[in-house]
Amino acid sequence: MSSRALSTRFLARPEVGALVAAVVIFLFFLIVAPAFRTPQSLFTVLYQASTIGIVAVGVGLLMIGGEFDLSAGVMVTTAGLVASQFCWWFGVNLWIGALLSLAFCLGVGFLNGWLVMRTGIPSFLITLGTFFVLQGANLGVTKLVTGSVTSPDISQIAGWDSLGAVFSSSFRAGDSTIWITVFWWVLFVALAAWILTRTRTGNWVYAVGGAPDSARAVGVPVVRTKIGLFMAVSFLAWFAGMHTLFRFNTLQAGNGVGNEFLYIIAAVVGGTLLTGGFGNAAGVAIGAFIFGMTSLGIVYAGWDPNWFKAFLGVMLLLAVLVNLYVKRVATSRRSSDDL
Amino acid sequence: MTSDPLISLAGVGKTYGAIRALRDISLSVPAGEVTCVLGDNGAGKSTLIKIMSGLHPHTEGEVRVDGKPVALGSPRAALDLGIATVYQDLAVVPLMEVWRNFFLGSELASSSFPLAPLKIKDMKRIADEELRKMGIVVADINQPIGTLSGGQRQCVAIARAVYFGARVLILDEPTAALGVKQSGVVLKYIARARDAGLGVVFITHNPHHAYLVGDHFVILQRGEAVLDKGRSDVTLEELTTRMAGGDELAELSHELGR
Repeated sequence: MSSRALSTRFLARPEVGALVAAVVIFLFFLIVAPAFRTPQSLFTVLYQASTIGIVAVGVGLLMIGGEFDLSAGVMVTTAGLVASQFCWWFGVNLWIGALLSLAFCLGVGFLNGWLVMRTGIPSFLITLGTFFVLQGANLGVTKLVTGSVTSPDISQIAGWDSLGAVFSSSFRAGDSTIWITVFWWVLFVALAAWILTRTRTGNWVYAVGGAPDSARAVGVPVVRTKIGLFMAVSFLAWFAGMHTLFRFNTLQAGNGVGNEFLYIIAAVVGGTLLTGGFGNAAGVAIGAFIFGMTSLGIVYAGWDPNWFKAFLGVMLLLAVLVNLYVKRVATSRRSSDDL
Repeated sequence: MTSDPLISLAGVGKTYGAIRALRDISLSVPAGEVTCVLGDNGAGKSTLIKIMSGLHPHTEGEVRVDGKPVALGSPRAALDLGIATVYQDLAVVPLMEVWRNFFLGSELASSSFPLAPLKIKDMKRIADEELRKMGIVVADINQPIGTLSGGQRQCVAIARAVYFGARVLILDEPTAALGVKQSGVVLKYIARARDAGLGVVFITHNPHHAYLVGDHFVILQRGEAVLDKGRSDVTLEELTTRMAGGDELAELSHELGR
């Protein structure tokens, strides 16, 4: 009846597989890509990771809570388009557009969650629906407003500078450029980690993902918790959308499609269980970091970047296998404990 | 003992659309006694649990808690009246730690603010103490509860209900999936909960388990009570025979005759 072996407890942590993979990939690119060895490229990798990682944190939380969100990728673009075109059309301060866009995204998140809970239809299907609605509306509305599929130039509208400072500023440290999104990413990961491990809300997130009926039977507000998770994802999608808007000024209305899978891959590579109830924030962050390293590492190594997706696919498959193994170790019953 | 039983049912029935699941059930659950509800699959046991635990309201008759008529609208409403239900398969969240499971839905936090920190140290200490009080010693309070045996998991769920002030404990087939030894452990906790003054409703299809701890026995068949007797008026043999359908069993034994 000794306390659990340290190795078992270590292996049962969700992010261990991802951490090992991250170290291996990092060493690999250090060896094969000389350009990878500079501090500048490390910060570029971190920036790349943060653009995916910010939304991935939310998607990871949602997946721990047992649900999917396929609409998160296009919602990033929707967020930017709503803010930019509203302000351009009505000529109002960009802060108003940003807040309006936030309300809109939270509304879509609420609708996703509410429909899933109300109908009992899997979130995969509900959010596949909103994904297509948003994808079509992004293009349709942009064409109606501007006559093209590119959003208008908003850099002369009031609020551009202050919003830019919040969402897409950068500073130089030596030869490196450090983007503010890296700090936001770290902040959101820390917040998610705090919520998951230290608060009642976190307890509920694990419970509604792991065994929703058991959770309901002991008085956990399952509906409220899950809708809250969908809204957290849409908040972070809005945040990433604001970054894209204030970094690039004009947006392509068709962008964002496919990113929803990158968020899910980051979460799964980071040890989040597809069936819910298991995972953590640090794992998802490492998953996003692996994404950043490989997408840029392949370029730095001078290879055809088309291989990137094949590589991601392999990572995903490996991660799923590791997760399966970890779950088995974590819940294996030791016969000595049986009464 | 007070004059009012903790829960009493009078003429309670339940229909789901055109289907009558339960008819004219009368039952009372006094403090410090184990009331056993026996029945084969489909006899109406789970419907009865659902009525008492607040999952489905009854459609006929009257349910009284402490002598006052109530309509239990949700599991939370039942819990607030001190009625806790431990379901056979819904007792715990397997991948969560033992102490998190113990406090699930009733966490200790420094305030109700959503980001307020949990009192993790206190929660672990209390969970460990309460489990030890019930005689459950887990190697590590931080291990996922899925690593415990089925019997231990049921016991954690019972200990949790007792700690959070349950006065009535409804146990849904707590021994059904367990081996002989583990069933014994669970039966011991049932007896301990009874001695602590709780009213226990023990739902089972095993008359042997029921007779070991029961004070009062009700047998359900096709949604109706076919036997309703105190311990002094019934033998294990009678329970077993009635459970198996009496005459049918006699006929079966004749047919198989050896």
